[in-house]
Amino acid sequence: EKTRRFLTTDVDKLFVPGKKLDDQTLEDLEELLITADIGVKATTELIAGLSKQAAGITDPDHLKEAIKEMILPYLEDDRPTDEATRPLATPHVIMVIGVNGVGKTTTIGKLAARHRANGKKVMLVAADTFRAAAIEQLSIWADRTGADILKHRENSDPAAVAYDGVEAARARGVDVVIVDTAGRLHTKVNLMEELKKIKRSMSKTMPDAPHEVLLVLDATTGQNAISQTELFTKAADVTGIVLTKLDGTAKGGIAINLRHSFGIPIQYIGVGEQVEDLQPFDPRAFLDAMF
Amino acid sequence: MFENLSDKLNSVFKKLKGQGTLTEKNIDDGLKEVRFALLEADVHYRIVKQFIADIRERAVGADVLESLTPGQQVIKIVYEELTRLMGETRQDLNLTGQAPVSVMLVGLQGSGKTTTAAKLAVYLKKQGRKPFLVPADVYRPAAIDQLKKLGSQVQVPVFASDPGMNPVDICRQARVAAQQQGCNTLLLDTAGRLHIDEALMEELVGIKQAVSPSDILLVADAMTGQDAVNIAQSFNERLDIGGVILSKMDGDARGGAALSIKAVTGRPIKFVGVGEKTNALEAFHPDRMASSILGMGDVLSFIEKA
Ligand SMILES: Nc1nc2c(ncn2[C@@H]2O[C@H](COP(=O)(O)OP(=O)(O)OP(=O)(O)O)[C@@H](O)[C@H]2O)c(=O)[nH]1
Ligand SMILES: Nc1nc2c(ncn2[C@@H]2O[C@H](COP(=O)(O)OP(=O)(O)OP(=O)(O)O)[C@@H](O)[C@H]2O)c(=O)[nH]1
Ligand SMILES: [Mg+2]
Ligand SMILES: [Mg+2]
Repeated sequence: EKTRRFLTTDVDKLFVPGKKLDDQTLEDLEELLITADIGVKATTELIAGLSKQAAGITDPDHLKEAIKEMILPYLEDDRPTDEATRPLATPHVIMVIGVNGVGKTTTIGKLAARHRANGKKVMLVAADTFRAAAIEQLSIWADRTGADILKHRENSDPAAVAYDGVEAARARGVDVVIVDTAGRLHTKVNLMEELKKIKRSMSKTMPDAPHEVLLVLDATTGQNAISQTELFTKAADVTGIVLTKLDGTAKGGIAINLRHSFGIPIQYIGVGEQVEDLQPFDPRAFLDAMF
Repeated sequence: MFENLSDKLNSVFKKLKGQGTLTEKNIDDGLKEVRFALLEADVHYRIVKQFIADIRERAVGADVLESLTPGQQVIKIVYEELTRLMGETRQDLNLTGQAPVSVMLVGLQGSGKTTTAAKLAVYLKKQGRKPFLVPADVYRPAAIDQLKKLGSQVQVPVFASDPGMNPVDICRQARVAAQQQGCNTLLLDTAGRLHIDEALMEELVGIKQAVSPSDILLVADAMTGQDAVNIAQSFNERLDIGGVILSKMDGDARGGAALSIKAVTGRPIKFVGVGEKTNALEAFHPDRMASSILGMGDVLSFIEKA
């Protein structure tokens, strides 16, 4: 599997069978967890938990199982969502948000392809009117996936674009609407206000829209992902997380860190730049790949 | 939101008010807080370990200055050492060589290369140079359009690349075109790529060989976590980079990746990106970076007074 190849950490190399889980091994394990971006606090908790069971842990497989058993409860609610069977509103509106360059637009292209594969009529809404050629980029993804696109001119009001997108989708009998937004740093108050406004504008034409708000996070990101999640959730009630760029060498331990702090499920992972490189998040498989 | 390092250290050291020196015993609790701060800032685990060992050595036995609490004394040492590690002298772009010269931008997907190319064009224009923007990303949808639009915003000519062309050919032909248009500095915007993508890393080597850029800059996201060392090391090994630009420093990222990248490559950080607009590029200041990594915001006034 694509993720497995890159995510594997070296628990196996940590200790020779027969050796005890001693202080040195625990320190090595600490390094391994921290360098996976799991964060100091969560790592400290994990290490403390493991050192309590240290006497009973005598081989790497056992250690791996112990680690996974400790982490799994954090991730347990994150069940893969199956677009094919999940009941959706019509139209089902998904808003995609996140900081700059994490992979929002690309993820939208991949999501569109998944819904198209289930026979859904999809519309992409170009509410990033700010970044140079963002609209052109989304248009290419619409072409590639056979989705409709609703766009206005560059620099037009993104809230108006989002409103029109939902309106048009209802008129044209679209099943799934995916709204692209401009990347913004979570600390910029005016841009976060703009995000709230975009969200509100959709509910003016369809009261329960957007039905999903997906926060895209880059797996290469370190501890800042916590702050991103906190502030985006505060502004736009995030319903799910997409963790992109897991095809790199970053371990994506922030996923564990995040689930340690927030109740938001991780829904998809991105493992490349192509249309097929999006997978439903599977906690067990993720942990099996990591350890 | 968080208690800052200064408050934490002051409370750790409160117990030893009146004691004149930092001893091996009393320093460890303080260093634990420093270690925590550095890891939370995403400085790489190994680098933190080495750093703490060095600081410990320097701090043990150091006389506490009259004007500082022991906590402040530790921060002063940590801060000075961080600043020193980040590089004391400011380094500008390397533009030496036969005109037209080229500056090549490389990095992971989405790190900020294309935006930074436009920012550098503005910067160079201010210095009286004649920049020429070169879109050499034929993979990402609308990447060429993006640079064309940015070029027209900042009124800098853009080479007419076509996604059907080969990136090495683009760069080679752009040199000729730049000369014809009276431009003396090419800014090569390459496609984002993973440092483990063998074919695409080879492509960068090909561009380097074809145009011999006078500077190669790794554009890295300030929010990068522990993986920064692997990324920087790989790009540097393949391309022998001339420096680094740290983008997206305008948020609340502590930017520990800056220290990791500097430590593994030895290459200077030349600029920081502080916004999406084309003028949001600043010279790198090691002391500001040090206080950001420590989570202490502004320059530490008590240290300057001491
Ligand atoms: N390797 C890899 N690259 C990805 C992945 N997802 C996106 N990318 C790349 O990351 C870069 C940025 O992706 P975009 O989709 O433009 O990101 P964005 O969040 O829309 O960016 P802004 O709109 O500028 O904030 C592009 O080069 C994508 O091809 C992934 O899962 N793996
Ligand atoms: N806030 C902020 N955003 C930035 C900065 N630099 C770049 N960006 C944004 O980051 C996103 C990605 O920037 P690009 O310049 O497209 O990145 P890239 O490295 O060329 O991306 P690829 O070509 O897909 O690899 C865009 O939304 C930019 O506006 C910065 O310093 N601060
Ligand atoms: Mg986008
Ligand atoms: Mg680019």
